[in-house]
Amino acid sequence: MSFYTRLGDGKRVEMTKEEAWADMQAGTADAADMAEIPALSDDELDILYSIISADGRLVGVEPGHEVVLTYDIGQLDFTGDNGNSGNGVDMGRLEAALLHERALGADTFELAHSDYSIKPVKPVISMEMQTMEEIQDEIIAPYFYGAMPNMGLYYAPDGPYGNPADLMREFKIDESMASSEAASEHMARDIEFVGTKIMQAGADGFNFDTTASAGDADFVGVLKGVEALRAACPDAYINLGMAGESVMGIHGMMEYDGKIVAGMYPHQQCQLAAKAGADVFGAVVNTNTSKSLAWNLARSVTFVKECVKQCPIPVHVDMGMGVGGIPMAEVVPMDAVTRCNKAMVEIAKVDGV
Amino acid sequence: MVASGMGGIRTSGDLVARMEYAKHMRLNEAKEYVAKRLGVSVIDMADEVIMRELREEMGLGVVTAVPGCPRGIAAKMNIEKLLDIKINSCNKFREMLN
Repeated sequence: MSFYTRLGDGKRVEMTKEEAWADMQAGTADAADMAEIPALSDDELDILYSIISADGRLVGVEPGHEVVLTYDIGQLDFTGDNGNSGNGVDMGRLEAALLHERALGADTFELAHSDYSIKPVKPVISMEMQTMEEIQDEIIAPYFYGAMPNMGLYYAPDGPYGNPADLMREFKIDESMASSEAASEHMARDIEFVGTKIMQAGADGFNFDTTASAGDADFVGVLKGVEALRAACPDAYINLGMAGESVMGIHGMMEYDGKIVAGMYPHQQCQLAAKAGADVFGAVVNTNTSKSLAWNLARSVTFVKECVKQCPIPVHVDMGMGVGGIPMAEVVPMDAVTRCNKAMVEIAKVDGV
Repeated sequence: MVASGMGGIRTSGDLVARMEYAKHMRLNEAKEYVAKRLGVSVIDMADEVIMRELREEMGLGVVTAVPGCPRGIAAKMNIEKLLDIKINSCNKFREMLN
């Protein structure tokens, strides 16, 4: 007997129980092997199988087991183009915020600049501050300011520092590392500037989206920026969400708290996030588009479960297109989204999504 | 939201979120704290029917437009008292008053 499920690229396929079990076992083993963490037990895989193979189009958690949902990209899911998976419905940021709060049931929301990175916000910070003040007068749910650290913008041609990719190609390894370190320090200063300004405007806090997208120097820059923001604004709500399950070692030797951050997995990343002063950690596991939902979800839950176990602060797993076991598709299938959500709540025991 | 979310101000998700961020509470601790302050059970705090009425009664803000019902800063000031926390935008509002 077979059931309908998805591949990592969103394609609908049929699988048998035996095929699903084989994929789940392979997925959890892959995560366990990579991160040197426990694989899911047979009991947990049994629960996972029941979720994946459930009959209904949608599945959900039992009453009383609901979790907090936090958001990234702010209003850009409505107003943005498909580069942000946006619907292209132009509207003011006030309307978008209140619609998310009142019509879409957002537990928290955020204000975002259309160029959703820290560096571009600096010259328009006044505008962001006045918009934050305006919306805080009306909104009830916690309302953050969100941005990607996006340290790549600090490298040439967009920024003042040499591009490590170009420098390494010329075998200028020392110069490449120095450039990463300088960009990291610069970004940390910008995080402190933007963060403190937006908190002055009444923001509840700051959401860092896709931390470490530019590798280990990006991760350290954000951690130092969070440290500075925490010191300046002790009561800020700080959400630190990652870009991937492992920190890329583009520099290779960047350290935080005496530890080399390259190669860290979610259960290790979260410790540093907490140390820096974050309140909530957003764990990320990337989807393999060639593998099944069973493989991807078993793998993702394995990483996140260990992260939740070891993390001293709440964990809100990142779930969406291509992360958290969900297929990489522009219009994500709801059958997959609901199954992945339920698995993360019931097996990984996340504090939120 | 359909699969696993609390629904924000439809129920009490915004309140639980505040306790996670403001006091580093894990989910279950935050839900128990908020449920106790609301005077409901953990299951009832995610029930739209119960919470719609309770939120209006307590002035915490509701999803439908009710003239005279606190929203924005006013609702958040009531939330501060309910949860025994301080909210940044409310602090800024108070600073602006003469």
